[in-house]
Amino acid sequence: MAQKVSIRIDGEYVGAKEGQTILEVARKAGKYIPALCYMEGLSAVGACRLCIVEVSGVGRLLPACTTPVQDGMSVTTNSEKLARYRRMVVDFLLSERNHYCAVCVSNGHCELQGLAQKFGITHVHYGYGYPKMPVDLSHERFVLDHNRCILCTRCVRVCAEVEGAHVWDTASRGIRTMLTGELNRPWGAIRSCTGCGKCVQVCPTGAMAEKGWAVEEMTKRSDSISWLATQRGGRE
Amino acid sequence: MEKIVINPVTRIEGHAKITIHLNPDGRVSRTHFHVTQVRGFEKFTEGRPYYEMPAITARICGICPISHLLASVKACDEIMAVRVPPTAAKLRELLHCGQFIQSHALSFFHLSAPDLLLGMDSDPARRNVLGLLDKYPDIARDGIALRKFGQCVIQRLAKERVHPSWTVPGGVNAPLEPGAREEMLKELPGAKAIARRTLALFKSVVDEFQEEIENFGTDPTMYAGLVDHGGRLQLYDGRIRFMDSEGTVLSEVDTPASYADYIGEASLPDSYLKAPYYKPAGYAGGVYRVGPLARLNVADSCGTPEADHEFGEYHQRFGRVVQSSFQYHYARLIEALYAIEKAEMLLSDPSILGKHVRAKAGVNALEGVGIAEAPRGILIHHYRVDEKGAIQWANLIIATGHNNLAMNRSIEQVSRHFVDGSRLKEGMLNRVSAVVRAYDPCLSCSTHALGQTALRIQLIAADGTVTDELRT
Ligand code: SF4
Ligand code: SF4
Ligand code: FES
Repeated sequence: MAQKVSIRIDGEYVGAKEGQTILEVARKAGKYIPALCYMEGLSAVGACRLCIVEVSGVGRLLPACTTPVQDGMSVTTNSEKLARYRRMVVDFLLSERNHYCAVCVSNGHCELQGLAQKFGITHVHYGYGYPKMPVDLSHERFVLDHNRCILCTRCVRVCAEVEGAHVWDTASRGIRTMLTGELNRPWGAIRSCTGCGKCVQVCPTGAMAEKGWAVEEMTKRSDSISWLATQRGGRE
Repeated sequence: MEKIVINPVTRIEGHAKITIHLNPDGRVSRTHFHVTQVRGFEKFTEGRPYYEMPAITARICGICPISHLLASVKACDEIMAVRVPPTAAKLRELLHCGQFIQSHALSFFHLSAPDLLLGMDSDPARRNVLGLLDKYPDIARDGIALRKFGQCVIQRLAKERVHPSWTVPGGVNAPLEPGAREEMLKELPGAKAIARRTLALFKSVVDEFQEEIENFGTDPTMYAGLVDHGGRLQLYDGRIRFMDSEGTVLSEVDTPASYADYIGEASLPDSYLKAPYYKPAGYAGGVYRVGPLARLNVADSCGTPEADHEFGEYHQRFGRVVQSSFQYHYARLIEALYAIEKAEMLLSDPSILGKHVRAKAGVNALEGVGIAEAPRGILIHHYRVDEKGAIQWANLIIATGHNNLAMNRSIEQVSRHFVDGSRLKEGMLNRVSAVVRAYDPCLSCSTHALGQTALRIQLIAADGTVTDELRT
């Protein structure tokens, strides 16, 4: 049995079990820590760095979603410094590719946009890269728009860990990293894709969407992994 | 050297420059109308799913986004090859009426009434909507109220005023609530009363502008506008009718896709604004005008009782084919009344509350053309897609484009008449910009530029020096 530990979050004592992450414990205790790449029920990868927290005695900021708790740990979830870094992360995500919220199917329902609003980001402080990004319209029902992908890999994990198809992966590195499916085939030609639509549902932005929705119309449901597990893309 | 800079009088939507060149004796030798800013959106749309086009194109214009939305969704309807449910078509038309009412109210009360009521030569610092509010508070208030009514129609339907996402390929995304219909019907009589009052007011002052009427672009041109099968004025859907300056119907475009058989597009030097012309007549002879003046010329009637009454009087006063661009103002007011009456008809039709408002489909055709009237004239959206629905090519022909050649001519005519280089008077240059305002051009969208910009008029002496400059 996992050993009980006790930690402090923003000064409050909170009980936890060994092996849990800071994010899990904090969420259970009703504390808010922003997160984008993390999704309950999927493995944590620490890709987006929005969930960074301060741990006393540790000189650097740690991602809450991948850092296990230790007895006696003291965690700060919100500070001037954290807010600054989190804003920077969202700023980078917005400037890296091409986000035109006003014409996006996810406008108003997007997690990235939601965070930008929450942090009061009215404009981006870094130069836009305007990279030329493809839009994959080859699937009959879904579309993948790389312009809006933030490489959180939620789609990769839900497909591999819940659906068991492992269609998606990332290719290349650094700024060139791209989401790719089955040896870089267009989505419509991917044979291992079951068409369940789980990836679309968990995608936090407008990068993956159902086809045919006009601007603002794409709403998703990524709140419950058990609900997602039942999704068969409209088929039995 | 004399140099006067009049700055700033912000009463036009868009960005353009007019240069007036003078002879050594100070008379006008030639004029040039250039549209100088361009930020193409064609590149941006390449490869995007076609169903995003309505939202994208609506963003190139803050003044008549709904016209773009409608032309765009109509082009998308064609790509999907669906029949839009009848209720949805009516709701779209109703939305369009709201747009016309608010846009015409803006154009008349905010942009033109200061010239018309305060006088072309009045103090430029007061010749604006604030000056109007001061001197004619009731009229200014009417303008605000009428615009608000149009905006409320839009808001009740689309829940969002500026760039509604309610209009979608295949129809609209939600039916009309009975409560919203009641409210619109309640507010409608007030709006109608304003439209009537304003028309009466305009008719009482129009005769004072004899000199302007005679010199504001009176060169005969052809006209183009949408009509239904009975020749009645149409705003949302109809056939393009071309008419010559004598009033003879030249042709009617049966299917949107064949517009290119009738409309050619020329590029002009020093301007990003393309110049469409009536193809069968060739570039030189094919100048036509669009917009309120043209619509009321090509239509046989409006199809609503009060507007038809006004339509009759208007043509009785100025002839079957009204040539002076000054009368854009008059025609605009008749259309505002028409749009209010049309909205009333649509709202009174019980089927407006129908629940089936959207047809769904994928890509069934690789090309789509959508045509609608924008407040300023015919608007054409033409897209080509691949089998997956990715945009390969897009062409938009916009009202200000259609009017480009005619506007150039009017500017030249007005300049020749009112501008005299040896004596510089503010009122002269104001008349030059006033003729542009009569066309109510929307220049940012004509060049597909994003954002708002302005008109600059330069007076250039024979030796090439700029002797005067006006910014509006
Ligand atoms: S994905 Fe989100 S942030 Fe990006 S354009 Fe769409 S709404 Fe905006
Ligand atoms: S497509 Fe969506 S879910 Fe997948 S990596 Fe990109 S943003 Fe994340
Ligand atoms: S949520 Fe922890 S790094 Fe993304």
